[in-house]
Amino acid sequence: MRHLLSTTDLDTAAAVHVLDTASQMAATQGRQIKKLPTLRGRTVVNLFFEDSTRTRISFETAAKRLSADVINFAAKGSSVSKGESLKDTALTLEAMGADAIVIRHQASGAPHTLAHAGWTEAAVLNAGDGTHQHPTQALLDAFTIRRHLKGTAANRDGVGSDLSGLHIAVVGDVLHSRVARSNVDLLHTLGARVTVVAPPTLLPVGIEPWPCAVSYHLDEVLADRPDAVMMLRVQRERMSTSGGGFFPGPLEYTRLYGLDARRLAMLPEHAIVMHPGPMNRGLEISADAADSPRSVIVEQVANGVAVRMAALYLLLAGDGDATGQARTPAELLVPTTQEATR
Amino acid sequence: MSSGTGVPGGGGGSTVVLGEQDVARALTRVAHEILERNKGGADVVVLGIPTRGVPLAQRLAERLAAVEPGVVAEQIVGALDVTMYRDDLAQHPTRAIGRTVEPPAGIDGRVVVLVDDVLFSGRTIRAALDAINDLGRPKAVQLAVLVDRGHRELPIRADYVGKNLPTSTAERVRVLLAESDGSDAVLIEGGE
Repeated sequence: MRHLLSTTDLDTAAAVHVLDTASQMAATQGRQIKKLPTLRGRTVVNLFFEDSTRTRISFETAAKRLSADVINFAAKGSSVSKGESLKDTALTLEAMGADAIVIRHQASGAPHTLAHAGWTEAAVLNAGDGTHQHPTQALLDAFTIRRHLKGTAANRDGVGSDLSGLHIAVVGDVLHSRVARSNVDLLHTLGARVTVVAPPTLLPVGIEPWPCAVSYHLDEVLADRPDAVMMLRVQRERMSTSGGGFFPGPLEYTRLYGLDARRLAMLPEHAIVMHPGPMNRGLEISADAADSPRSVIVEQVANGVAVRMAALYLLLAGDGDATGQARTPAELLVPTTQEATR
Repeated sequence: MSSGTGVPGGGGGSTVVLGEQDVARALTRVAHEILERNKGGADVVVLGIPTRGVPLAQRLAERLAAVEPGVVAEQIVGALDVTMYRDDLAQHPTRAIGRTVEPPAGIDGRVVVLVDDVLFSGRTIRAALDAINDLGRPKAVQLAVLVDRGHRELPIRADYVGKNLPTSTAERVRVLLAESDGSDAVLIEGGE
């Protein structure tokens, strides 16, 4: 794997491999010494054109736990805000010897451009682009789901398994959500059945080909007893008519699509509640739901570090591929035997 | 020993140097040497290096438990993955990461016996020593290998060797174990 731009880049085996690697990374994070020497001497640049403290910290932690050098580049206050182009920024980072660029950009497709325009040799990790994709978020969600719903006493993380047989509801602002897009693709790849639930105004035009069912009614979907409910954040600025008039008001949204105590009680015993954060308590999720024992929201954050460690490892560790050829996600799966150099 | 026999599926020019009985005898001898050197098995834990060191460590632990009263195999066996500590990660395609399993009592203050199938350049063992550092602080670290084929690139030597096997660098040593390959054998391949 050369870049991680979209969850559609991963086939089932590759996705399971990333999750299994994340499980091994997570195992090292329970130790007293959490740092591994794996990426010593490599440089990871966090290139954030859009503020996102959590995602940046998560990537920064992951890179540092693997002993990589981390450079944080925030566009705000830099020359980018004075008109420097993505290309010039990329050329600068290339000249400084970046091995991986973690990019968050408000424009859908910016990471793809960075990866394929020939400006840089670095591996590109998409940390969220516009309303398009946020692959590591989807991977950490899948990791969390697998851990809770496929894990056993002997195999706590469910290593080796996909998500077949599970039903997952994704609820909220699907229209603006890269998390929803990435998750629908990845969960489908992993064999889960996905239903997206949203008011008609918050569903994108052209959702029909998505590999998921679509519903306007949360109660009906919950009555179908999903194994996991993933709540999406509703941005407050999108609630008023000036913000686009996607729905009449917060109260109505909460009544129709909010996860409250009553809806929480409708869920089956084993079901988990997820949220990519930051939450609007009282809007899309009530405090009861957010703090309930079945909420795995805080755990998602911890799993995020392990998943990002896995992504950085898989992209960077074998970078010096002698052939210099870009490897496909399928090739990422061929574990090299360790017999050659003992 | 069925020396000189071609093995089906092993490709041309493969020679069996250790058969099932030889592997069993070598492990039994190594187990006794471990007990002798450490004056019993009270402090000993065995850590196998994936992939084939792990079943070997398991077998060694069972032998130690069979000989030494008070030693329980499950209590002293573990696995140590060294992938993330290797110095050649950038030179090869990405390696799959294996599992690290600490023995229930941990490794602090114990005598850790590292177990691997083949000792070659010594780089895996160097990585293993780093990996152990991050797990805890053992009283001592010893090394047991089924085959020592020479060609060391680092000043590392095994404390317990099943079989010294002088090879040329062009040759390839393959260890087959019942747990992963259906039967026990050590083969030498190629070399022409």
